[in-house]
Amino acid sequence: MDFISILSIFVLACFVGYYVVWSVTPALHTPLMAVTNAISSVIIVGALIAAAAGGSLGAKWLGLIAVALASVNIFGGFAVTHRMLAMYKKKERRDA
Amino acid sequence: MHEAAAVPSWVLLAYLISGVCFILALRGLSSPVSSQRGNRFGMLGMAIAVATTLATHEIASLWEIGAAILVGGGIGLLIARRIQMTAMPQLVAAFHSLVGMAAVLVGAAAFLNPEAFGIVDATGAILQVSRVEMGLGVAIGAITFSGSVIAYLKLNGNMSGAPILLPLRHVINLGTLIAILGLIAYFTQDQAPWIFWTVVALSFLIGFLLIIPIGGADMPVVISMLNSYSGWAAAAMGFTLHNSAMIITGALVGSSGAILSYIMCRAMNRSFISVIAGGFGAVASSGTAEAIDRPYKRGSAEDAAFLMKQADKVIIVPGYGMAVAQAQHALREMADLLKKEGVEVDYAIHPVAGRMPGHMNVLLAEANVPYDEVHELEDINSEFAQADVAFVIGANDVTNPAAKTDKGSPIYGMPVLDVEKARTVLFVKRSMGGVGYAGVDNELFYRDNTMMLLADAKKMVEEIVKALG
Repeated sequence: MDFISILSIFVLACFVGYYVVWSVTPALHTPLMAVTNAISSVIIVGALIAAAAGGSLGAKWLGLIAVALASVNIFGGFAVTHRMLAMYKKKERRDA
Repeated sequence: MHEAAAVPSWVLLAYLISGVCFILALRGLSSPVSSQRGNRFGMLGMAIAVATTLATHEIASLWEIGAAILVGGGIGLLIARRIQMTAMPQLVAAFHSLVGMAAVLVGAAAFLNPEAFGIVDATGAILQVSRVEMGLGVAIGAITFSGSVIAYLKLNGNMSGAPILLPLRHVINLGTLIAILGLIAYFTQDQAPWIFWTVVALSFLIGFLLIIPIGGADMPVVISMLNSYSGWAAAAMGFTLHNSAMIITGALVGSSGAILSYIMCRAMNRSFISVIAGGFGAVASSGTAEAIDRPYKRGSAEDAAFLMKQADKVIIVPGYGMAVAQAQHALREMADLLKKEGVEVDYAIHPVAGRMPGHMNVLLAEANVPYDEVHELEDINSEFAQADVAFVIGANDVTNPAAKTDKGSPIYGMPVLDVEKARTVLFVKRSMGGVGYAGVDNELFYRDNTMMLLADAKKMVEEIVKALG
């Protein structure tokens, strides 16, 4: 992909982000932060490339550490979001 | 161009799908009903991104990568299971720091082994545009890391929440920032290692400097801002790697954090710049000392129980003090008993109540309070006039009527909950001495229709529960 197509994706994604995030209900702002935390760890893609490549031993180890850090975030972030979301319950109908 | 253009199209498609999954993950959060499904989309997107990367790269040793994921993932799951809901702000800050650090490490790895990332030209030098992206990526990542570490220490109580003000801090910060940008510009001309590592070091430094002058109650803005930075760091790395999943995610997270910071600033009627400049709440207002002597009405748990039992409608206003005292479970018990007496109970949440956006909502959800009883400021503010009792627990500045009337007050213009319009205000507070975060006295304490319940929030609520039962 050339720079302009990447830039286009970026700019459009910013707009999508803007509208999607405004529609998030304020009650879920804490889970929003937790889940954005988890998904921003998609940076693990870069870490995997560094860790997988032969050649520079230094780059490989930096990559492996980054894979571990991002994994803490991915598993921890999604799990804690799940835990929080499971707590949100609607009122039970008493007039049944 | 270069190697990255030769990526097969199914790979590009896979990363795009992964990016769309992340959009759906955030979209799900528009309602608690669809939120769980959204979270699963997020996991799916991540799995696709990781699997695609592993499938398309020659892997020198898979077991090392597997071990790194297992160790990291195991720690993450353990933390997620053990963490207390009241500690959520610290946890989020800690997680932000990890994203920041990962971005720095990936940037450094790309600098040391650019061939692996396909960002070298014919002569073996790193592409100029990649150098800028890389430089920005590690700089933002490093700021996110050190800033989040300070935010973590402040939120976790390892470091005083009070602002630390260095002399000339604005000059130092601005100088450091200009130096970082200047070095990144120079980096395009000369890819010497010292430039790269100086950018990293200066960025760690400025992240630290930026957050130490910001006080505890401004943390909702800081956390949201760092959330935004972690997104921009991921996006910058996505530019380096020409990876659409990373760019889409980075843009989403970046705008998410920016919007949350904006909402928090608006709720405090302060500009983003003034929050970032820091120092708010460092000087207590002069009116505090004599104010303590003003007469106020003090009540007991029995008085409070009696008043609420007689009421038709009670609105509970929780704040950070409820989180500190872990009073949410006792509070829900109290609300249940009141409901049994036929009292209508609702909760009113100010956007900046607590230490992060939505903090109170999570704590109430943890205590099994149904989310349809919990209302935002704009939705419930008009109802205080019809309420018999406003029960303020651990909130202070967000209820201060001075924000509406006193032009000299530091919090003038901040949207506040109109609790004083309720027939009676019950105000749970540890003692009369302390003032709210903004360092201003609350006129509410001395009004005729206010009864002060001076005790630890949890103990007071437990006593009220006893008196109701």
